[in-house]
Parts: sequence; structure tokens; C-alpha cells
Amino acid sequence: MAKATEKTEPSGVRIDLISGDRLDRLASMEKIRLILDGVHEGNIVILERGLSPDEESKLIEVTMSEISPDEFNGIEIESYPRTRTDSGSLLDRLMGRTNEGKLTVIGPANQIETLHKDEQLISALVTQR
Amino acid sequence: MGLLTGIRDSISRAADRLFSAEDPKRIGIYGPPNAGKTTLCNRITRDWTGDAMGPESHIPHETRRARRKENVEIKRNGKSVTIDVVDTPGVTTKVDYEEFLEFDMEEDEAIRRSREATEGVAEAMHWLREDIDGVIYVLDSAKDPITQVNTMLIGIIESRDIPVLIFANKIDLEESSVQRIKNTFPQHETVKLSALEGDNMDEVYDKIAEYFG
Ligand SMILES: Nc1nc2c(ncn2[C@@H]2O[C@H](COP(=O)(O)OP(=O)(O)OP(=O)(O)O)[C@@H](O)[C@H]2O)c(=O)[nH]1
Ligand SMILES: [Mg+2]
Repeated sequence: MAKATEKTEPSGVRIDLISGDRLDRLASMEKIRLILDGVHEGNIVILERGLSPDEESKLIEVTMSEISPDEFNGIEIESYPRTRTDSGSLLDRLMGRTNEGKLTVIGPANQIETLHKDEQLISALVTQR
Repeated sequence: MGLLTGIRDSISRAADRLFSAEDPKRIGIYGPPNAGKTTLCNRITRDWTGDAMGPESHIPHETRRARRKENVEIKRNGKSVTIDVVDTPGVTTKVDYEEFLEFDMEEDEAIRRSREATEGVAEAMHWLREDIDGVIYVLDSAKDPITQVNTMLIGIIESRDIPVLIFANKIDLEESSVQRIKNTFPQHETVKLSALEGDNMDEVYDKIAEYFG
């Protein structure tokens, strides 16, 4: 996908920081497309407030359908462990409304490697293709 | 999900639970690849039905199709609970066929395995959204439980209000730490076991009956 640009573009890894407000305006599938299109191009995508559980479930499913040997190995995704919020009705939770947001980093699995993760710190190594 | 579909889904799910009280609950065995899900399923079905469910292997993604064993009747203290056991493919966000080459596999076989694995993971996610009434989340207690897949899956299960039990498997291994799992998911009940050795299976069946009966 990014093959054609190999020579002309300066080398480096592009990082897209997507604000919570920007993401809020998109439908679930639009969010997933935005993320995966970026990742397919070799970018690291950072979401200010992350995805709802339902969207995460669909992200896994769509990622799986796009994995292709020698082209795309899937994604590495990291966010802080969700602190359990017992507040909110079932409907609120179904709608992802209690999902007060957790910083989420997503990148191509072959370029990003998690070095360490605990409740307070995520450390990752990003390499160029 | 739209507002109306959201409401409709939650109502129809609640109705399903109300009206199908006698139907066995479908209990999904979830967790990362290699945690011992199939080993556990085989032990449960061998103990209560006499036959096994599927092949176990140290190579990840051995299970690549969800499999259901219907009407597994577990007897506890004079009572009996009947469940359907659904063994699912281990969930991950990435599959690299080259990893399978290390297990002495030919390239075309490794590529086929990775294709089937990706379909299997998608299938497991689908089951979780549509057809599962309870979850047993199996973890290898010798490994760090703080992984993105574990936190995402537990979050998905919680958001759908599906009852969940966490199984800390492989306690026979020296590096096993059940406490580490309890600390990571303090909001859920954790049961320790060795599916391979059959350790602590009495408590396993007690908890299954208590949670899903
Ligand atoms: N030491 C030890 N090994 C176990 C235990 N349970 C399972 N194993 C081993 O772990 C490996 C994986 O077991 P499986 O049951 O195939 O794991 P799975 O979770 O079904 O894996 P996938 O189908 O690939 O997702 C096998 O080599 C099992 O023998 C256990 O309690 N203790
Ligand atoms: Mg299996």
C-alpha cells in the first residue's frame, strides 16, 4: 500500500493524534475505517478518548478480516486498563456513554512492540518498515 | 449502534433470558490463544458426557472454529445444571503466519493456519456479541494478565452484562501466580485450576453451577 512512496517521502513514522471531539462526530464504522486506513499506511494512530467496548469488538473483527500474509499482520493496540465504573444504566453502557475515555494507541503489528505495560505506564517501541 | 437498535437489542436479550429459562445457557470459553481453553472443555465434557471436544496443542490457534457441545449436565450437591459449552478460538489482534514456521510447519500450511485463525477470531467475537449467555475467561496464570486483549475482552463482556468467571489455569506451573490475576480483575471471581492435571476441579464445577445454573 505505502510501497509507491518509498523513495519520495522522507523516512520516519507518522503519528496521527485524533481528538475525542473529532471521533465523537463519527459513526462506529467510520471510526474503525479511520483507524485501520491509517494503520494500513504504516501510521501510528492515537485516540484521545479511545473506543467503546462495542467498537473495540468490531475493530478486532474487521482487523481479522483484513489480515493478509506478507501484507498486513494486524494491529497492536494499547490503552490503560479500564477502571471499572459501576455507575450508569445498562443502556448507558450499551451506548458507550460511561466510557469516559482512555488514551489509546494503535499501530501496525509489525512496527510497534509493547515493551512494558502496567496500570500507569505503557512503553512501546516503534520501528520503521 | 443506533439508539433504537440498542434498546431493542437489550429488551430482546432480557426477554430471551426470561422466556427460555429451561434452555441450557450457552457458556463461552474465551481467552487468549494457548491459555488452555480446549483442555478445559475436554475435561468438562469428558467428566460429564464421556467424550472430548477438540484437539489441544502447544501451537497457538489450534482451535480455529467455535465448537459447541450441547446439554452438558453437571451434577452438584443433589442439583443439576445443564449448559452448552462453546469452545472458542483464542482472541488476538494480530496473526503472523511466520510464527507458525517455528513449529516445523510448511509455509503453505502456516498460511492456511493463519487464514483460518483470523476467521476463527472474528467468529469468536461474533458469538460473544450474539449468542453467549455466560463466559468463562481462561488465563494462563504463568503469564502476565495485563494485556490489551484481556482488558478489551473483559470490558466487552462487562458492557454486555454477561456473567463472567475468570479461570486462572496452569497452576501446576512453577511461575504461576493466581494473585496477579486477582489483582488485575478484582471485580470478578477468580477460580484457580489446572485443566491439564485436573487440579481443583471440584471448585470449578461448584462455581459453574453457582454462576450459570
Ligand atoms: N502445564 C499446563 N499446561 C496446560 C494446562 N492446560 C493446558 N495446557 C497446555 O497448554 C497448551 C494449550 O492448550 P489448549 O487447550 O490447546 O489451549 P487453547 O486455549 O485451546 O488454545 P487455542 O485453541 O490455540 O486458542 C497445550 O500444550 C496444553 O497441554 C495446564 O493446566 N497446565
Ligand atoms: Mg483451543
